[in-house]
Amino acid sequence: MTASASYPRRWRRPPQLVTTRRWRLMLPVLVLAYLILAVGSLEIDVGRVVEGLSRGARFVQGFLQPDFVSRWQDIRQGLIESLTMTLTATVVGVLVSVPIGIGAARNLSPRPVYLVCRSIVAVSRSLQEIIIAIFLVAMFGFGPFAGFLTLAFATIGFVAKLLADDIEEASASQIEAIRATGAGWSQLVHYAVQPQVMPRLIGLSLYRLDINFRESAVIGIVGAGGIGATLNTAIDRYEYDSAGAILLLVIAIVMLSEYASSHLRKTLQ
Amino acid sequence: MLTIDQLTKTYTAGDTALREVTFRVPRGQVVGLIGPSGAGKSTLIRCINRLVEPSSGTIRLGETDLVNLGTRELRQARRRIGMIFQEYALVERLTVMENVLSGRLGYVPFWRSFTRRFPGRDIENAYRLLDRVGLLEHADKRADALSGGQRQRVGIARALAQEPELLLVDEPTASLDPKTSRLIMRLITEICAERQLPAIVNIHDVPLAQQFVDRLVGLRAGRVVFDNAPGRLDEAMLTEIYGAEDWTATDQDDDDPDPDDKAQGRLRLVGTAT
Repeated sequence: MTASASYPRRWRRPPQLVTTRRWRLMLPVLVLAYLILAVGSLEIDVGRVVEGLSRGARFVQGFLQPDFVSRWQDIRQGLIESLTMTLTATVVGVLVSVPIGIGAARNLSPRPVYLVCRSIVAVSRSLQEIIIAIFLVAMFGFGPFAGFLTLAFATIGFVAKLLADDIEEASASQIEAIRATGAGWSQLVHYAVQPQVMPRLIGLSLYRLDINFRESAVIGIVGAGGIGATLNTAIDRYEYDSAGAILLLVIAIVMLSEYASSHLRKTLQ
Repeated sequence: MLTIDQLTKTYTAGDTALREVTFRVPRGQVVGLIGPSGAGKSTLIRCINRLVEPSSGTIRLGETDLVNLGTRELRQARRRIGMIFQEYALVERLTVMENVLSGRLGYVPFWRSFTRRFPGRDIENAYRLLDRVGLLEHADKRADALSGGQRQRVGIARALAQEPELLLVDEPTASLDPKTSRLIMRLITEICAERQLPAIVNIHDVPLAQQFVDRLVGLRAGRVVFDNAPGRLDEAMLTEIYGAEDWTATDQDDDDPDPDDKAQGRLRLVGTAT
């Protein structure tokens, strides 16, 4: 090191995203301009907001005096239907997801199988549950059967994709080691892959059980049976007290299942 | 006996990892494979059990030509070749016993491995091997509950459960402390001697290799540049394999050692081979 060398005493992090100075200055201005124009096009009407708030107050009053009794028969039947739908759809969905998930993992499956399975996953994920439910209700009529099919289909997209991603992230050296013993493909999946992904698969299935119950309340509104149908009827009849009771029950069940599934997942790790 | 002839591997990206590698490993001989990172050591041993597909050349294990096997024959050939890995590559969530028994997967049908009903002979042999590597009482523990040295011994037992005719060993000591490294190398060489098993050991640690192996093969940029007894590896050869570096300075921080130090260092390096 020479004595004459002098080094700067200041250092700034070089810009990472936008490297040209002009764009760095322009971008915030453009975004702000767009935001102002966008807000301007929303037609915000104060009168409607006030009206809506007073209607909302009636909802809240209904919640504060939930009526579990007068429609109890309907609520009970809706809940049982929803829970049945949820459980059967989750079980069937997960069972179908496992082979599709394995097929959609690049490190296990040949290219054609991979592409087919990834497309199934993509189709299932790109359609929102309500849209699928509308189709299936139109095909199979009102009732929980359409709901069951909807939830099972949605489960496939969710579980198969996350399972496939998890398999692709599984330790390559463990897979290589089992392959080196002369194991066949099914033995490879069972000995090298399954132990690595099983805890996550169980966690995902329990999480999907939660989601399916919540979704079962939504798809009921478009005619796929369950507690959603009961809720829809209650709102149509302006029985906000019964609607409040239904929502409270849904919240309670979701919280309960979430607590139970997170507890289970913790013990499984 | 393993015979490798004119083995060349070019990856699809165009990098040539191995160029016309030729050597043979007779029964019971432990060959150390040394060379800088990227010289093709890993590729070479993975070409032998076809975890990596060779581009050209022949590899023969006994009478079997390993390069031109169909899927089914390849599986049958792989079970004759035991492999021990860097970082152990045990299936961590399985028990020690399951890891050892997984060495039998090439021999048993799927339903047996799925239900864990391995033949009694395999189970007995697995216990014998666990006893041999000193882990008999750990059989029912999960593999991730063991220490590094213990895990590598499970890896050795798994490879031996295959009743192999050849051992491929990939950096067995890369993540172990110096003492455990010696124990593992000693165990591998002892077992090879007991069973007259030929082995190829990839290894970074040249003095450790010199201490334990029967023969050293040096790779540089995919070519064999040294193939001789470990005692014949001198400074000029090390420079040939790894490139210019002061080989005597491994124990000293001194930038400019005087010639006496150099001579002593060479003695020490060669002395470890005996």
